[in-house]
Amino acid sequence: MRDVAIIGIGQTKVGEHWEKDLRHLSLEALQAAMRDAGVEHVDALYVGNMLSGELTGQEHLGALVADFAGLRGVEAVKVEAACGSGAAALRLGYVAVAGGLADVVLVVGVEKMTDATGPEATAALAMAADADHEVAHGLTFVALNALLMRRYMYEYGYKKEDFAPFTINAHANGMNNPYAMFHMKVTPEAYARARMIADPINLLDSSPVADGAAAVVLAPADWVRGSGKPVIRIAASAVATDTVAIHDRRDPLVLEAAALSAWRAYQQADIGPEEVDLFELHDAFSIMAALSLEAAGFARRGEGVRLALDGEITPQGRIPVATMGGLKARGHPVGATGVYQVVEVVQQLRGEAGANQVPDARVGMAQNIGGSGATVITHILIRDC
Amino acid sequence: MSLPSKNWRLRNQRYRLVGEICEKCGAAIFPPRDVCPECEAPAQTPYVFSGRGEVYSYSTVYHPPAGFEKYAPYTVALVRLEEGPMLTAQLTDVAPEEVHIGMPVEMVTRQIQTDGDEGVIAYGYKFRPRMG
Ligand SMILES: [Zn+2]
Repeated sequence: MRDVAIIGIGQTKVGEHWEKDLRHLSLEALQAAMRDAGVEHVDALYVGNMLSGELTGQEHLGALVADFAGLRGVEAVKVEAACGSGAAALRLGYVAVAGGLADVVLVVGVEKMTDATGPEATAALAMAADADHEVAHGLTFVALNALLMRRYMYEYGYKKEDFAPFTINAHANGMNNPYAMFHMKVTPEAYARARMIADPINLLDSSPVADGAAAVVLAPADWVRGSGKPVIRIAASAVATDTVAIHDRRDPLVLEAAALSAWRAYQQADIGPEEVDLFELHDAFSIMAALSLEAAGFARRGEGVRLALDGEITPQGRIPVATMGGLKARGHPVGATGVYQVVEVVQQLRGEAGANQVPDARVGMAQNIGGSGATVITHILIRDC
Repeated sequence: MSLPSKNWRLRNQRYRLVGEICEKCGAAIFPPRDVCPECEAPAQTPYVFSGRGEVYSYSTVYHPPAGFEKYAPYTVALVRLEEGPMLTAQLTDVAPEEVHIGMPVEMVTRQIQTDGDEGVIAYGYKFRPRMG
């Protein structure tokens, strides 16, 4: 196996892009990443996407994006793992370069969601859950997370407002990210007043439906060593799975796949959670942020919310999360999210995170979750100097 | 999507709560999955659940997906069956503010989904409060 480096990053602003479709969004992100990497050709393209068929009537994104980007002939496929599609595409790109099957690989995550109506998007997102045993009973993605949040509050004695720090931190960080969908400060009062979607989850606990694309260029780390630029190495790449339906889990409040994926990643990188400088977690809902912090070893069971209440998740805290806004403020174009997370970790490790810069960040972790925890993909990036 | 063929395939579990029992370790399994989640042995022996259980968690849905608009708001729950497994279902015959974790419930058969005004109606299990 070869060491793999991320040599280029690119992203579009997340939001409602009336004037751009899947092709244009992908192109904008991948051209930015290739410019940043200084490459004009790639050996393979992996496109992470969840809902292009359902929401835009277009599948076959590997060939589509390759053709549109002037990469005709290149190896290209779409990768799908629900909301974990972006990191799944990165995982395949990593495998190809690490295994020596390709040298320069382009990974793009893209999603176009705002052409659909709210109920259509809600129904489409629910396809990540168990169609026959969850969705058929009227469960939405929000409702599934609401079931977890209610039980969490019951078992550990938290109040609804105890979850506010996750939202407040994400939006405070999003204010300084030009690519973020939202640039608005959220106060505890605004959180308390937010409209209920599926109680106890309100609008500000939830990440928004959005359009966006992000891209990275991978190459053997040896190619860039000694170039004078910081080498951002993929020190770990680990996937784990769990039951698709929440009701089939032994203990729904433990994200077993998140724990498995994180601990496999720690093993590969030969580090522990205490060495991680920032954690781009999958805060599609506040409860997911809490459960991810616990699964990845940053908090004990039932103490993920406590960590946030103690101020430890801000850029100055012990384990900064959602440092560029996370899924809530940057936005959650589902199949693109996993790549956005990694792009943001690279920004942090390069020291290009501006006002949200985590001081001396050297080790960054990104964890992308498909469904309500059924596919979890963790990447650890380390800056080698 | 409420396809007639799918409704027919799922009829035993949806109408009568028929799951499976593992002949090897005795685990009761619902929804049926043909491989025991406890010991990984093949498990295809039908087993009819009592339909009694209690609420593990619940939520009231105000923003329904396409196909469920006319039911909203409705309350959904994770129900722990007395035989052990948990399932996901809607609660019925109860006001949202009366639901609590640990509430005893029992299964009833109700309409669970429709495809538009002219479409197929799917029936299946819901749960209502149980006395005593
Ligand atoms: Zn068994």
